Amino acid sequence: MTTAPPDNFWNDTGRTGISSWIFSTDHKRIGLLYFYSVLTFFLVGVALGLLLRIELMAPGRTIMGPQTYNALFTVHGVVMIFLFILPGFPGAFGNLVMPIQIGARDVAFPRLNLFSWWLYLAGAVIILVSLFTGGGAPDTGWTFYVPFSTRTGTNVSLAVVGVFILGFSAILTGVNFVTTIHRLRAEGMTWTRLPLFTWSLYATAWVQILATPILAITLVLIFSERVLGTGLFDPSRGGDPIMFQHLFWIYSHPAVYIMILPAMGIISDIIPVFSRKPIFGYKMIAFSSLAIAAAGSLVWGHHMFTSGMSDNAVLVFSFLTFIVAIPSAIKVFNWVSTLYKGSISLEAPMLFALSFILLFSIGGLTGLILGAAATDVHVHDTHFVVGHFHYVMFGGTGFAFFAAMHYWLPKFYGRTYSQRGAIVAWALMFVGFNVLYFSMKVLGMKGMPRRYYDYLPEFTTLNLVSTIGSWILAIGLLIMLMNLFRGLFRGTPFTGNPWGGATLEWSIPTPPPTENFIEEPVVTHGPYDFTGTGRP
Amino acid sequence: MSHPKHTDYNGDKLGMWLFLFTELLLFGGLFILYAVYLARYPKEFSAGGHQLNLVLGTINTVILLTSSLLAAMAVTAVQRGQQRLTMGLLGGTVLCAAGFMLIKYLEWSAKIQHGIFPNSPRLIQGAPGESIFFSLYYLSTGIHGLHVLIGAGLLGWVALKVRSGAIHSHDYVLLENSALYWHLVDLIWIFIFPLYYLML
Amino acid sequence: MPSDTTAGHIASYGKLTAVWLCLLILTGLTVLITRMDLGGYKVVGALTIACTKAGLVIAFFMHMRYEGRLLRGLLFLALITLALYMGLTFVDVLYRGLP
Repeated sequence: MTTAPPDNFWNDTGRTGISSWIFSTDHKRIGLLYFYSVLTFFLVGVALGLLLRIELMAPGRTIMGPQTYNALFTVHGVVMIFLFILPGFPGAFGNLVMPIQIGARDVAFPRLNLFSWWLYLAGAVIILVSLFTGGGAPDTGWTFYVPFSTRTGTNVSLAVVGVFILGFSAILTGVNFVTTIHRLRAEGMTWTRLPLFTWSLYATAWVQILATPILAITLVLIFSERVLGTGLFDPSRGGDPIMFQHLFWIYSHPAVYIMILPAMGIISDIIPVFSRKPIFGYKMIAFSSLAIAAAGSLVWGHHMFTSGMSDNAVLVFSFLTFIVAIPSAIKVFNWVSTLYKGSISLEAPMLFALSFILLFSIGGLTGLILGAAATDVHVHDTHFVVGHFHYVMFGGTGFAFFAAMHYWLPKFYGRTYSQRGAIVAWALMFVGFNVLYFSMKVLGMKGMPRRYYDYLPEFTTLNLVSTIGSWILAIGLLIMLMNLFRGLFRGTPFTGNPWGGATLEWSIPTPPPTENFIEEPVVTHGPYDFTGTGRP
Repeated sequence: MSHPKHTDYNGDKLGMWLFLFTELLLFGGLFILYAVYLARYPKEFSAGGHQLNLVLGTINTVILLTSSLLAAMAVTAVQRGQQRLTMGLLGGTVLCAAGFMLIKYLEWSAKIQHGIFPNSPRLIQGAPGESIFFSLYYLSTGIHGLHVLIGAGLLGWVALKVRSGAIHSHDYVLLENSALYWHLVDLIWIFIFPLYYLML
Repeated sequence: MPSDTTAGHIASYGKLTAVWLCLLILTGLTVLITRMDLGGYKVVGALTIACTKAGLVIAFFMHMRYEGRLLRGLLFLALITLALYMGLTFVDVLYRGLP
C-alpha cells in the first residue's frame, strides 16, 4: 500500500499488526476481516466439493467409503452455507460498502459489529472442532433432520452449538444494519435515493432478524433431544418429526433469501454503471426486494412435499411458492430493460453480473419445477435439486460475489487487476460451471438420487462429464483469485472513479479515508444519475 | 482520529427493540410447538397442567410484575436525576429476580423428586403427550429462567454504572435498554403462566 | 439524518403504579376464571387477559405509548410474522389425519 495517500483506513491508527485489525471497530476493516474469513471457508468448501465430485466420477467406491462421503457432503454444506454464503454478503461487502453508500461514518453499533465477527469466528472454530472430536464429523447433511440427527453417534451436538453462535452473529449484524439504514443516512439520502445494494441489505437484515431466532430454537431443541432426551420430535414419545422440518425450514427457506437478496442488490448496482444508463424501474426493484423477503418467509413448506405433510398444506405452500417468482421476475426484467440500448462495456464485473442473470434465471425456473407439487414428487431428493440450488446459490450468489470482488475491492486497495486475466478466468468458470451443474440436472431428471456415494452404471457418463466440469471451474477460480490478488497488491494504481459509478462510494478518495468522508456529504441526486460521472 | 462518542438515543433504542423481536421469535418457536402439541394431546396436556403448582406460579407472576414495575420506575428515577433511588429500584428488581429463581428452583426440584423430568422412567412409561408437555414445560421455563439470570446480571451491572456516575439523567439509554430487556422477560412469562399453569 | 430532539418521555411513578395495580387485578381475574368450568372458553379468556397484560406492559412500562409510529409498526411486523409462522404450520397440522 505504499502509493496510497497517507490519510486512509489502511494506515490511520498508528498501530500496526494484527491487533489493529482484529480489535478494530472500523466497518471497512471488519468488512475485510469478514471477506478473508469467508473466502477461506469458501476455498475449504470448494476443496470438499471437488473431493465429492471425484468420488462420484465413477460408480462404486472411488476414493472414499460411504461414511466419509456422508461426512464430507455434510461439512461441504455446513461450511458453504453457514460459513460462506450466509455471512458473505452482509458481513464482507455489506460492511465494506453500505455505510459509505448511505453517507455514514460507520455502522450504528461499531463495537457490536466487531463482536459479530468474533462470534462468527467462534462459531466457525467450534464447527471445525466438532469435525475431529466426539464421534467425528456430522453425517446428517446440513439440514440436521431428525430422527437421524438425534441418534447418530457423530458429533452433531457440538456442530449445532457452533451454528447457534453463527446465528447469533447474523442476528446482531441484522440489528446493526437495520438501525444503521434507519438512523445514519446522510442529509438528502432519502429512501428513494438509497442505492439498490443497500435496499437489498435492508430486506436481508429483516429476514436475519425475523427468521434466525427460529433456527436458534430449533438447534436448541436438537441439542436437548440429544443431551436431555426431551423427545419432542420422537414419535415413540408422541413427538412429531415433521415439526422439526417445519421449524427448520421456517428459518432455512428465508435464509435462501439472505443469500440471494444482496446478490441481486449488487447486480442492480453494477448493471446500470456498465450500461451507462439509469436503472430501469428503481422503485420496483427496491419494492421487489421487500416483496421477496416477505413472500419468501411464507413458502418453507415446499421443502416438505414428500415428508408426509397434509395435502392441504402442500397446495397452499405450492401456490405461495409461485408468488415468489413474481418479484424475482420483476428484477430480471428490469435488469434486461436497463441493458436495452445501453452503452454496454464488458469488463469483469459486468461479465460476472450478466452471467448472474442467466444462471439465476435457470436456477429460478428449475425452482418452479420443484415448487410445483406434482413435479417435485418426481425429482425430490435427486441430483436435480443439487443442480437447482447450485445454479441459484453458486451461479447466483457466488458469481455476484465475484462481481462484487472485481467491482469494489480495487476501490479499497487502490490497485487493480488485469482485465484480460479476469475475463479468461470468467470464461473458464462460466463454462465449467454449466458443465458441472447442468449435468446434475439431467442426472436428476433421470432419477439419480442425491447423497449417495454410489450410483447405477447408466449414470456414469454424465457423472464423469460433471466431474470434468468441476475441474474446469476450479482452474478458472484459481486463475481468478491469482489475477485479482496479484492486482490488488501489485497491480496498476486505481484512482478516482474509473467505472463511472454514481453511488457515494465513488465520490470519496481511494482508498477511503478512515471516516469515509472528508466533509459530511449532502446528497442531491439519485444513485443512478450518471450526469457528471463520465469515464475518463 | 478518534470517533466522537456515538450518541443516537433513538437509534440505540431502535436497535434494542429489534433485538427484542428476535427474542420474541425465539420463544415464538416454542409457542408454535406448544400450540401444535396442545391441539394433538389436549387431555394429556390438561393432566400435565394440573400437576403444576398454581400457587407458586401465581406468586412468581406477581414477583415478576412487581420487578417490572421497579425497573420502569428506575427509568423514571434516572430521568429525574434521583441517583440513589435509581440504584435502590434496580436493586429491588434484582432481588425480585432472585426470588423468582428461588421459587423456580423449588418448583423444579419438587417435580424432579416426583420423577418428572425429561427422559425420566416415569414419563417414558406414561402417556406420550404427557412427556411432550413436561419437555416443553422444562424447555420454556428453563430458557426463560436463563433470560431472567441474564437480565438480572445486566441490571446489576447497570446499577454499578449508575453508582459510578456513568449513567445519569443525560445519558441513560443503557439503563432504559436493560429495562426493556427485563420487561421482555416479564412479557414472556405473562404468556407462559396461563399456557402452562392456568388454562389446561 | 433524523433529528434527535425528543428526549425520553418521563412516566410518573403514580401512573406506573396504577398500571401495576391493573396488572395484578388482571392476574387475579385470570386465575379466577380459569378455576371455573368454562370448557374451551378458558383458553380464550386466559389468552385475552394475557394479551391485555402484555399490551399494558408494552404501552406503559416499555414506553411504546410515547414512541413514534416507526417502532409501533415494526413491533406489529414482528407479531404478524410470528402469527403467520404459526398459522401456516397449522395449515399442515390441522389437516394431517394422524391419530
